[in-house]
Amino acid sequence: MTEITVTVNGQTVVEQVEPRLLLTDFLRHRLGLTGTHVGCEHGVCGACTVRLDGVAVRGCCLLAVQTDGSVVETVESLAGDGPLSPLQAAFKRHHALQCGFCTPGILIAAEDLLSRGHPSHEAIVDMLSGHLCRCTGYTPIVAAIEEARDAPALARAEEPAG
Amino acid sequence: MSATEPWVGRPLPRFEDDVLLRGEGRFLDDLSPVAHTCHAAVVRSQLAHAGIVVDVRAALAAPGVVGVLTGADVMALSRPFPAGIDSGTPQYATAIETVRYVGEPIAVVVARDRYLAEDAAELVDVDYDPLDAVLDPVAAAATAVHDRTFAYGDVTAAMAQADLVLRQTFHVPRFTCTPVECYAVVADWDATEGRLTTWANFQGPFTLHGVAAAALGLRGDRLRLLTPPDSGGSFGTKSSVFAYIVLMGLASRHLRVPVTWTEDRLEHLASSAAATGRTTEVEAGFTADGRLIAVRYDAIEDVGAYVRAPEPATLYRMHGSLTGAYTVPNVGVRNRVVLTNTQPSGLNRGFGGPQLYFGLERTMAIAAKRLGLDPAELARRNLIPADAMPYRTPSGALYDSGDYAACLDHALELADYAGLRTRVEKARADGRLAGIGIACIVEPSISNMGYITLAQTADERALTLPKSGNAEGASVSINPLGGITVRLATTPQGQGHRTVCAQVVADTLGCTPGEVTVMSEMDTASVPWTVASGSYSSRFSGVAVGAVQAAALKLRAKIDAIRAHAGDENLSLRRVAGMAHWNPEGRPAGEEPGLSAVAFWAPPTLDPPDDEDRIASSAAHGFIVDICAVEVERATGQVRVLDYVTVHDAGRLLNPLLADGQVMGGFAHGLAAALYERHVYDESGNLMTASLVDYLTPTAPDIPALRIGHLSSPSPVTALGAKGIGEGNTMSAPACVANAVADAIGRDDVELPLTPPRVWNLLDHGDGG
Ligand code: FES
Ligand code: FES
Repeated sequence: MTEITVTVNGQTVVEQVEPRLLLTDFLRHRLGLTGTHVGCEHGVCGACTVRLDGVAVRGCCLLAVQTDGSVVETVESLAGDGPLSPLQAAFKRHHALQCGFCTPGILIAAEDLLSRGHPSHEAIVDMLSGHLCRCTGYTPIVAAIEEARDAPALARAEEPAG
Repeated sequence: MSATEPWVGRPLPRFEDDVLLRGEGRFLDDLSPVAHTCHAAVVRSQLAHAGIVVDVRAALAAPGVVGVLTGADVMALSRPFPAGIDSGTPQYATAIETVRYVGEPIAVVVARDRYLAEDAAELVDVDYDPLDAVLDPVAAAATAVHDRTFAYGDVTAAMAQADLVLRQTFHVPRFTCTPVECYAVVADWDATEGRLTTWANFQGPFTLHGVAAAALGLRGDRLRLLTPPDSGGSFGTKSSVFAYIVLMGLASRHLRVPVTWTEDRLEHLASSAAATGRTTEVEAGFTADGRLIAVRYDAIEDVGAYVRAPEPATLYRMHGSLTGAYTVPNVGVRNRVVLTNTQPSGLNRGFGGPQLYFGLERTMAIAAKRLGLDPAELARRNLIPADAMPYRTPSGALYDSGDYAACLDHALELADYAGLRTRVEKARADGRLAGIGIACIVEPSISNMGYITLAQTADERALTLPKSGNAEGASVSINPLGGITVRLATTPQGQGHRTVCAQVVADTLGCTPGEVTVMSEMDTASVPWTVASGSYSSRFSGVAVGAVQAAALKLRAKIDAIRAHAGDENLSLRRVAGMAHWNPEGRPAGEEPGLSAVAFWAPPTLDPPDDEDRIASSAAHGFIVDICAVEVERATGQVRVLDYVTVHDAGRLLNPLLADGQVMGGFAHGLAAALYERHVYDESGNLMTASLVDYLTPTAPDIPALRIGHLSSPSPVTALGAKGIGEGNTMSAPACVANAVADAIGRDDVELPLTPPRVWNLLDHGDGG
């Protein structure tokens, strides 16, 4: 067992972990942060994407011990207790999620991309090439990210009726 | 929107979304529905066909191991899965002495956590005695385990009169829809009561609850199936979770601990449920002016190592639609099922549709070329006319509504067909390889539970209970405070059923959708369900919505009676609820107490097969016209889709936002089958596409823009006029893209998937090779 100290979604946690424990299992089954999903555990699907010290990474390809001393952000951090973030609201408006299983990883990767400037359509599509979504056909996801890039206020304002 | 405009029909964003976007979804692996579960790891076959001897002693001695379930235990505790036909090769939840495909379960190791279980699984020693593997379904046709021939009209006579007879063999390879979430099961055996409770990201109960209960030797009420609120996609694939419900149920029973298992991706690719592979020789007779007068199919269906329920359903799901969208008076089919040493087949989006339409629509394209007709013109000459609706096909389907010619016109206009032709001609003039493809297909939805009995002869059927219909149940309840709760039996995996049901109930009860809570979790102990319940054959918008609306209408009648009795027709729902719950003695005469309604609904047109083997295999029939243009890169064989148009008539759209989501999702699966996906086994039966690095699923850059058009011919056989819409493009896109590629490169023998090396090999490289 190894002791690690990680700041997860703003909270510092100190945990004893086995060196072989995957970061995804640490987040999901130790910390109960089940928003980070696991779709392949071999680095292809992107469902496990989290931010490690601000950079989008594959949680399934990291061990928990490798995050010692780091800052990890998961999908649970995006809105906190507040309203949906502009990106999340845009996903809802554009029906950019169906089963929602790929969504947390894509949201994290898109936040990461948007935090680095004003990505082009091609850059957004290129980023998405690292993520599998079997439900939506991707088109609405691209549209949602573009809307969050261009008009974050609009996305936030439009909550559905009913 | 005006306040009185119905909620149904509006593009309402989903109630499902908020929790999913916040990472608060509740997928099974997120939950611990029972305390102190132990974790399972499955030991799987490394060979395609072999005798096995299994030694678990080292595994039992490993740290944290609770126990191991072996084939001998499975044999002692359970029975083979019942199937639609007797193939002579019974399937248990694990292999028994012989493995028949790579990835087949051999044993289950249960330990305190997943890491320890996987450690111990590696210590299970399997001694293999290799046997020959059968991998070529066509070569194995002589040993088919099912062989039935059907004829409607006089195919032979019509073929003899035809001016043009085409005969070509088409092959649809095995692919799998690969939901991003893999299978998950929690099983909890109650030894005292002899009862198994399981949670799974299943999409039944469907007929498969009964199959699982039979394998477990349990009475139906002793197998309780529950599903979590969220499921990470299925597209049919998760129906086969039932086999693991049985396997983990046996492990829990044998080892006397609750067991949890979450499949990993390698297991999923090797051993979940790939679609069937089908090789079909199509013979088609045309008159000189382009009338299709006869078609005959000779189909060889590869279902993998076992005939696993609901197979051989893939062969029969489309039986009523063998003639597609065309008025063909004479049609025949021979259906053979063969076993190969590959993973067993199961539901995958489109289920039988891609297999049928690839042959039929490729044939139409080839015929157009031979007859010197534009493919759109050939289609037009054969499409079922609008005034023939409702139309009975020779093999028994009742096409409920549609104006196919209008859809074709709309698609041609949306595609700017003449402009597209000009564009392609110009590209060709520049020496490039460009082409156009069209596919016109009928998208059936709401399967007749009786179609599978076509696997038996009429005489055999006469000895058993007739099977027919497709019924669904639902309940709507109003609690003492006026809160409305709906329970659904369709076990969705992302289709937005909860939102649509809230719209339907809001219209019926006169409230807003936001005031309606819809629970889509299945619990076979408490949700009103039937043998048809679950998600498959795009049945939600037709059947489940019918049940929900029927329950809401019952409740509405009661609410109105209470209001009338109270002399105030504007009495609030909350007040009505308070009266119904708190003062049942004051209720109107003749009314039951309580404020809850259960209803079942079924479309009226799904009879059992008749003595001539005609079957109304589905209730509703949408129509799709796809048009696409492609360019093939000469140097690499790479196919690039330049434009893709799809026009749907799915009747009334209950929520257009969600309908388009289904179209885009179905298109992505169809395009994947056209250009990317297939399972590959080597000559020894090893799975070459065993990881997501090798099984190539398209990502965002691979999916071209899709332009969608809608026409609406409401269905007269569904409650709200809706038809299924989620599977159609998986049926049309492979054929449409293949037609375009064939047109571009001038070859008839294009095969799926149209990967660069395969297309490149078909090109004329000008070197005589
Ligand atoms: S689970 Fe990490 S990339 Fe798929
Ligand atoms: S929404 Fe289901 S996989 Fe993306």
